[in-house]
Amino acid sequence: MTESIAREGVATQTPSKEALLSVQGLQKHFPITKGLFKRQVAAVKAVDGIDFDVYKGETLGLVGESGCGKSTTGRLITRLSEPTGGRITFDGSDISHLGTGAMRPYRRDMQMIFQDPFSSLNPRHTVGAIVGAPFHIQGVKTEHGVKRAVQDLLKLVGLNPEHYNRYPHEFSGGQRQRIGIARTLALKPKLIVADEPVSALDVSIQAQVVNLLEDLQEELGLTYVVIAHDLSVVRHISDRVAVMYLGKIVEVADRESLYSNPRHPYTVALMSAVPVPNPRRRESNQRERVLLTGDVPSPIDPPSGCRFRTRCWKAQEICATTEPPLVVREGDSPDHATACHFPVADNEEVAGRSKAA
Amino acid sequence: MPAPDAFLDVRDLRIHFPTDDGLVKSVDGLNFKLQRGKTLGIVGESGSGKSVTSLGILGLHNKRNARVSGEILLDGTDIVSADPEAVRKMRGRRMAMIFQDPLSAMHPYYTVGHQIVEAYRVHNNVSKAVAKKHAIDLLGRVGIPQPDRRVDDYPHQFSGGMRQRAMIAMALSCDPELLIADEPTTALDVTVQAQILDLMRDLQQEFNSALIIITHDLGVVAELADDVLVMYGGKCIEYGSAVTIFEEPEHPYTWGLLGSMPRLDRGVTNRLMPIKGTPPSLINVPSGCAFHPRCAYEPQTGGRGTTEVPELVESGRGHLVRCHLPVAERKRIWQEQVRPKLEAGS
Repeated sequence: MTESIAREGVATQTPSKEALLSVQGLQKHFPITKGLFKRQVAAVKAVDGIDFDVYKGETLGLVGESGCGKSTTGRLITRLSEPTGGRITFDGSDISHLGTGAMRPYRRDMQMIFQDPFSSLNPRHTVGAIVGAPFHIQGVKTEHGVKRAVQDLLKLVGLNPEHYNRYPHEFSGGQRQRIGIARTLALKPKLIVADEPVSALDVSIQAQVVNLLEDLQEELGLTYVVIAHDLSVVRHISDRVAVMYLGKIVEVADRESLYSNPRHPYTVALMSAVPVPNPRRRESNQRERVLLTGDVPSPIDPPSGCRFRTRCWKAQEICATTEPPLVVREGDSPDHATACHFPVADNEEVAGRSKAA
Repeated sequence: MPAPDAFLDVRDLRIHFPTDDGLVKSVDGLNFKLQRGKTLGIVGESGSGKSVTSLGILGLHNKRNARVSGEILLDGTDIVSADPEAVRKMRGRRMAMIFQDPLSAMHPYYTVGHQIVEAYRVHNNVSKAVAKKHAIDLLGRVGIPQPDRRVDDYPHQFSGGMRQRAMIAMALSCDPELLIADEPTTALDVTVQAQILDLMRDLQQEFNSALIIITHDLGVVAELADDVLVMYGGKCIEYGSAVTIFEEPEHPYTWGLLGSMPRLDRGVTNRLMPIKGTPPSLINVPSGCAFHPRCAYEPQTGGRGTTEVPELVESGRGHLVRCHLPVAERKRIWQEQVRPKLEAGS
């Protein structure tokens, strides 16, 4: 069963949408060195040639298992890390290899929210100093002074502005994450990259922070790249979702078509693995679940051709020799691209079990 | 007197820690029963007392730091009042624990095989060679490929999922009758989580052991648990069968947990319905109902929410709820207000 490729080339944006961030062929290889002279013997190919666009005002979700390169991608697009290859275009300018100084003006426009609210805030600084730091570093003048600006920000993220002089340890995890978000918002950025923004928080607090992020997006017209491993959170918050596996994007689509019609076997497996909070459906979930065997292969020496083929139940010879391009497959909407030679069709029997709904 | 049918019977368990800032009442009057072959899910947020409970059942609290009272009857033997040496003999043999983070629960200096052999030989008078053969068997049983070779690997040579499998092998080494898994899959990816949950389910059926699974993930509970105990502020606030807890929950906190969670099996809702505020500090537990500062229905209790601690009362068959709202009112709020909102979009 082969499927003809409906359209050649990489799926790019429809002209009506304007890309705020555009990434082409992005690569990051971490060298592995050996011996006295630090001879490079191999490289961890954390991100190995990915393309995507982030449109103004949207939320792009980046999902995948640990080690798939999603966090490295986040660090590359905010240029906290130097790419090995490829191009990053932000708001029309190429920022792929800018130095610290040249990058500084752009830092106002792109900010990051970190996963761990305990290690991302300096314990020796007050909340006022933490949230006010961007103003000092960037030399931004505020109308009524920095203190007033910081208090406005604290109010915006739902914290008490009177807590200006408190230290991070006096706050709970959810409140600390709000402090991090306030700092992120200080310079009115255009793009916010959130790396696992809620995974360190309690369930009831997660929902508060997710709602806050959505409110802020609406109010301030922000663009988000949300990196997360939790597929249900990503579905809730994103407009479009990209699925990563071993340094590659294997499938990208708008939320509806990705979750209702996943085409890449990896996406199918990933979704069916999510436990469903419905005890009555326990039996059927187990039957329908696509259990992947084994672990993710090493990114030092990824499998040839399609990287998922070693764990894929549909793999054939061509999968080992030819890497499938990330293109729109027959019958899919024009912004649903899949990197697979044998995409999963609806109602298909998957590995002896019927595909999870 | 232990009821003859209950394998594990926890009665009025209290675990308090005296600190410089005051008494921390981590667990404050917990009761539950568990049969062989059944699974109990304990759900709660951080600081709700769920992990302290599990350590208490294993008798792992230091008597100098913790004040433990009540009864924990394992097949009729009280663990709270028992001699520490007697509990030590039961631990590993009759009851075992699977910890959340296998990287810190395993010793990095010894091979995986060595650690399983050690646990096995403490309770069984066998030679090293026999114990090692047993360890290889177990590793094979929990799905580690080439167990005869991997038995000599160190924990760092295992991936996260394999380490968790090795932890399970270690816990199972003496065929324990009670297995406690404290957030067994929280550190794992979803695909590995699915494998581990499958494995635990199969092994439980094979060994017919009683299983307590402690987690904050309602999805994991729905996959495994027969009964669910929801903890808040050191107390059980709702107890019932898994189907009851997911389909007819009656405590506003349980509603909040369900509303906080985006779900893949339903349509996308525009807004999550979080619980306002933050979990309570266990030093200054709010007066009256510990949940009242975060409860949207507190005004309907006529002030009792702030002054009176509600009792855990049976509201249906085997369904216990700790709430001041009248039963009929709770059922009405769930049916008419909460449930439609949760199901919107499906």
